[in-house]
Amino acid sequence: MSTARLSFPRPPARPDQAPDFSAIVVPQAGALPVPPPDLDAGASRPFATGMIRVLDDDGRAVGPWAEYLGDLSAEPLLRGLRDMLRMRAVDRRMLNAQRQGKTSFYLQCTGEEAIGCGFQRELSPGDMNFPTYRQQSLLIAADYPLEALMGQLYSNDLDPLQGRQLPIMHSARDHGFFSISGNLGTQYVQAVGWAMGCALRGTGEIAAGWIGDGATASNDFHSALLSASVYLPPVVLNVVNNQWAISTYTGVAAGQSETYAARALGYGIPALRVDGNDYLAVIAVSRWAIERARNGHGPVLIEWFTYRVAAHSTSDDPTAYRPRDEAKAWPLGDPVDRLKTHLILRGDWSEDRHRQAEAEILDEVTTVQKAVEAHGTFVDPQPISPAEIFRGVYAEPPPHLRRQRQEMGF
Amino acid sequence: MTMIEALRSAMDVKLASDPSVIIFGEDVGYFGGVFRCTAGLQARHGEERVFDTPINESAIVGLAVGMAAQGMRPCVEIQFADYVFPAYDQITQEAARLRHRSNGQFTCPLVIRMPTGGGIFGGQTHSQSPEALFTHVAGLKVVIPATPHDAKGLLIAAIEDPDPVIFLEPKRIYNGPFYGDHSGKSVPWASHDGGEVPEGHFVVPLGQARVHREGAGVTVLAYGTMVHVAEAAAAAAGVDAEIIDLRTLLPLDLETITASVQKTGRCVVVHEATRTSGFGAELIAEIQEACFWHLRAPLLRVTGWDAPYPHAQEWDYFPSPARIARALLEVGKD
Ligand SMILES: Cc1ncc(C[n+]2csc(CCOP(=O)(O)OP(=O)(O)O)c2C)c(N)n1
Ligand SMILES: [Mg+2]
Repeated sequence: MSTARLSFPRPPARPDQAPDFSAIVVPQAGALPVPPPDLDAGASRPFATGMIRVLDDDGRAVGPWAEYLGDLSAEPLLRGLRDMLRMRAVDRRMLNAQRQGKTSFYLQCTGEEAIGCGFQRELSPGDMNFPTYRQQSLLIAADYPLEALMGQLYSNDLDPLQGRQLPIMHSARDHGFFSISGNLGTQYVQAVGWAMGCALRGTGEIAAGWIGDGATASNDFHSALLSASVYLPPVVLNVVNNQWAISTYTGVAAGQSETYAARALGYGIPALRVDGNDYLAVIAVSRWAIERARNGHGPVLIEWFTYRVAAHSTSDDPTAYRPRDEAKAWPLGDPVDRLKTHLILRGDWSEDRHRQAEAEILDEVTTVQKAVEAHGTFVDPQPISPAEIFRGVYAEPPPHLRRQRQEMGF
Repeated sequence: MTMIEALRSAMDVKLASDPSVIIFGEDVGYFGGVFRCTAGLQARHGEERVFDTPINESAIVGLAVGMAAQGMRPCVEIQFADYVFPAYDQITQEAARLRHRSNGQFTCPLVIRMPTGGGIFGGQTHSQSPEALFTHVAGLKVVIPATPHDAKGLLIAAIEDPDPVIFLEPKRIYNGPFYGDHSGKSVPWASHDGGEVPEGHFVVPLGQARVHREGAGVTVLAYGTMVHVAEAAAAAAGVDAEIIDLRTLLPLDLETITASVQKTGRCVVVHEATRTSGFGAELIAEIQEACFWHLRAPLLRVTGWDAPYPHAQEWDYFPSPARIARALLEVGKD
């Protein structure tokens, strides 16, 4: 008789059970030091298996990473808060628009706002993100015009991509945002290639790869780590671990790996794991990693530990596979609330001002939304010419495409 | 029964009757798949028979090859046909050739299911029709049903087949037939003959086309969603079309095809996939070899344009009843 048995990872709780995050160890804020910029993989193990956190339970910024940020004025933090509020307002309005049939599809990043908003503010012009569909927060913090962002979602004449791409599959080269692919993982190794190009051409720019916990299972994740460890290009490899990949529990992608960050160590790439719901930890670690890459110390991987509060997308119903109130039990809290608490503690913010800012931002977003909707939505379309689909297949349309365009009637 | 229920029923029947059948893929376990085709199967047959995989398509197929090679019968799901490409190596270079290269020491009785085709505003990564990328490979069989009845019978046949089968599921008609007008009312399978699906075990043998509608004027070759769109187009054009639902693209039922084309002397091939090097090219080449002296008009194709599948312009891209009707009238001219 065989004793071999397969293992099938299971989430701590299913819909009929109470949420259970007891297996998640939340280290104290401020416990980990700031490593030297030439940190190597071996020495990074405590960072890859621990968790860098700056904001403590009371909202105070504590420890070496808080010191690393220095005497922060209120201004960048208030800007970060506004970025996140704007992100949330856009998500809310666009989800609503999808429900009204004004667009075919939408997908929120609720709970993960701090990561993209914070990281983007530490990049420099010319740096390039290779995002997934859940990094719209990078665009918000890159001050990408909401008209273009929403135009893409409504596929109207404000859409820089001419209606060709599924809503949320943005592309914004001038804002450091590479064209999104629906095929998971592909962008990760491309980020490494882009970074190699930066080094070869001596531009001083860096690349940032983005991938979800589920998609770390893809071949291209491993191709990226291998290539990065061979050529040591200036790339920051981000993993957004939001605990779920549609209905699949993160343990299915992790297997026996202690953390996603720890995966990089086998490739000889140093890695850090960070509280992704802590805006201060996000900007501190982003600054450290981006500077390190820019200064020629090679690739680094960051696992952002967070939780996907919303459904996977408008096509998904998470109550079919996880407890309805799981988000409320998430031990790392909400990124907006935590930064707000910190700012109030500093004396730079108040509940009243917060409510006012929320209302103002929602107002601003709604105003832009109305203006963009005047250019057409799915319920009131002002179609882009269908002949548009033939433009850009090649630099010059070959004869057979010209024939097909004529056959179409253009 | 919907096509989703029919597929589920096929897998349920095989899981219950054959302990070597095993099902896995992304989100197929507890949740039952993003299109819910495997819903309830894990609860019924256990985690060792129906389980979730990491998001790695080459692993899904590679694992299936390893299991199939020792005599198990994996039936795996790729979440969308657009995401099969990381597995292309395992499918075309490994699964397809294992029997041949090992001279029968190892074989590969596996099924790879995947939703295919457009019509759901899915944009370029949820809409493609990659059938020709598989029919071009020696060693693979390629199946695509157009009704729930055939979906169940063909899937059971595919699982029982000794060789690897690519099983394409036209997602636009998962819940009801589609006649090409997306703004029109959706029709449930319950009100369609094809939605009548026998309980229990039955097969629709691979390699047999089905005459969807008999006619004398022109032969229409179609598969998947386009069978129904072509039916609507012929009705709108008032053409007495003989519509053949190919059901299996490889092996191809040339007998049924040539009998029809020799009768009508005219033929239009319809598919959603892009035109150049599409499966229509293969069909037309076979027909001109077998039916040249019977032909009364040039053979025509109505296909997706040779551009990436668009989002907003989907209904200008998708072969419309109007385009098909035009081809039917064109090919009907003497
Ligand atoms: C190659 C490929 N396989 C499957 C899919 C279908 N799919 C889209 S999103 C997703 C889950 C991704 O989860 P994760 O990487 O954790 O990102 P998250 O959605 O949580 O941000 C899957 C399986 C895909 N887009 N591409
Ligand atoms: Mg995830």
